[in-house]
Amino acid sequence: MSQNLTVVVVEQNQDRAFAIVDALKESGDVDVFVIGNASGLARKIATHSPDIVLIDIDNPSRDMLEELTVASGPLERPVAMFVSGAAGGLAKAAVEAGVSAYVVDGLQAERIKPVIDTAIARFHVLRQMRTELAETRRALEERKVIDRAKGLLMKAKGVSEDEAYALLRKTAMNQNRRVADVAEALVTASGLLS
Amino acid sequence: MRTVTLPVAYMPLVDAAPLIVAREMGFDHAEGISLDLRPAPSWSSLRDMLAFGHVDAAHLLSPVPVAMALGLGGIATRLSAVSVLSMNGTVIGVGTQLAGRLSDQGYGFDFANASEAGAALAKAAGDVLVFGVPFPFSMHVELLRYWVAGTELASKQVEIRTVPPPLMAQALAGGEINAFCVGEPWGSFAVDDNVGALLLPGKAIWTCAPEKVLAVRNDWAETEPHVLGSLMRAVWRAGRWLYNKESRTTASEMLSRKTYLNVSPELIDRALMGEFTISARGEQRHVDGFVEFFDGAATFPWRSQAKWVAHQLAKRNGLDVTTAERQAAKVFRSDLYRRELHGLGVETPGASEKLEGALPASTAVASTHGSLILPPNVFFDRRIFEPTG
Repeated sequence: MSQNLTVVVVEQNQDRAFAIVDALKESGDVDVFVIGNASGLARKIATHSPDIVLIDIDNPSRDMLEELTVASGPLERPVAMFVSGAAGGLAKAAVEAGVSAYVVDGLQAERIKPVIDTAIARFHVLRQMRTELAETRRALEERKVIDRAKGLLMKAKGVSEDEAYALLRKTAMNQNRRVADVAEALVTASGLLS
Repeated sequence: MRTVTLPVAYMPLVDAAPLIVAREMGFDHAEGISLDLRPAPSWSSLRDMLAFGHVDAAHLLSPVPVAMALGLGGIATRLSAVSVLSMNGTVIGVGTQLAGRLSDQGYGFDFANASEAGAALAKAAGDVLVFGVPFPFSMHVELLRYWVAGTELASKQVEIRTVPPPLMAQALAGGEINAFCVGEPWGSFAVDDNVGALLLPGKAIWTCAPEKVLAVRNDWAETEPHVLGSLMRAVWRAGRWLYNKESRTTASEMLSRKTYLNVSPELIDRALMGEFTISARGEQRHVDGFVEFFDGAATFPWRSQAKWVAHQLAKRNGLDVTTAERQAAKVFRSDLYRRELHGLGVETPGASEKLEGALPASTAVASTHGSLILPPNVFFDRRIFEPTG
């Protein structure tokens, strides 16, 4: 019988899943399984009889795991979120990092800690990447809208690009709005009028 | 005026209305606070956000703080339900296959009689019936179990599985579940998606079920009594505003916004007005007071309501019933409700406990100003719950 900890990671995104699996494997003797699809989640988890289940806090399917915390759940051994008692601080850190962990009863805290620590670190990185990606995407989209608004102004008023941008900025300042918002309003309005 | 920003978590559901309205109508600013409303992706996340201090208050399933006080479900932070946010507001529905069989049997889908609905469903269903619910600790589970135990459905093997509400229609279509109990708008959503039909409003099982509560951490309630009072008053005013029929179309529009529920206002309107489309064929049913945010002391946290929930939970989980009821009574804070809402002239009942299920008709009861009328409070099987201790 293996002395390794069995960890199940619930994650739909394959790249993210791999990143977490790699990190966990480096942290020591753990067997990691990934479940991508949420349907029948509790049943799928039970087939691996894991010691620890890791899931993204933003995943709505997380509620399906709560069934496992009720003794009559589909796992033979009761599962508890590891928050109670001494592990409280660890749980708070996990929640802040965006990961939630479900730990099967009877595991010693020192065996759980490295796995959870690694998971927390990895989720931090992934979360940051996700935020950065979303911000980059938003910045790109705003850029595009501002360019279109500038183009519209240049055509309608026969002004230069710099003048068009200055006009957008001035309007935004006067109305106490963001340049991107003014640009978007202009693009929408001109779409309606054309 | 200086305002205190207060982070509050909610699930995007029709019954989050009092919080959304408090923010949108400015009842929060009138009390010197600014609600920073944060949607949660799941009930477990929402509970953790509150328990670990990421938010200071939350829209929570009424059995959750009770279960936590009984040591069920893993997290031990002590929570207080300072008021009831909404009474009733869930629906029970079945998949198209079961709905077809019920129709073939000649069942009329009256959307009212729970005993008859149970008998008809027992006849139409196979040996195993799988219900989807949003969370293991929820009024949905308690109402379903109470209904199943008191009807012919008791002879079936009934399984209850957790399915996130937005995925309920999908689980029904995929055959993972045959039926569900869920909060609006997700029942109506399943109907419009052609995957199910509505069988009963939760109200048909118990006319006065406390559905969601306004929950805070006990320690926070002690250290921030002034902010808590402002929050409770803002939410109470929002409930009173929602009570006006004229407000409801506006409320549907507000809730439908992308930042909140992000579904069509028409879908939300059904629950607020009690006008339901129960099947893909477009059959209409009306329910008076389908969800209540104000009338008849709907927001008063009766200790006997907490005891009823604890009684069910204790019996099912092998806990001592009397102890459980005593622990639960401390969770529903009728004391704080009286203290904080007294100044508004809010009509509060003379007692903090009542027999649950013992009012067949609207009844005037002793109250602070002598004009409180409680709505009918009955279970479908006419049993009466007498709290202990």
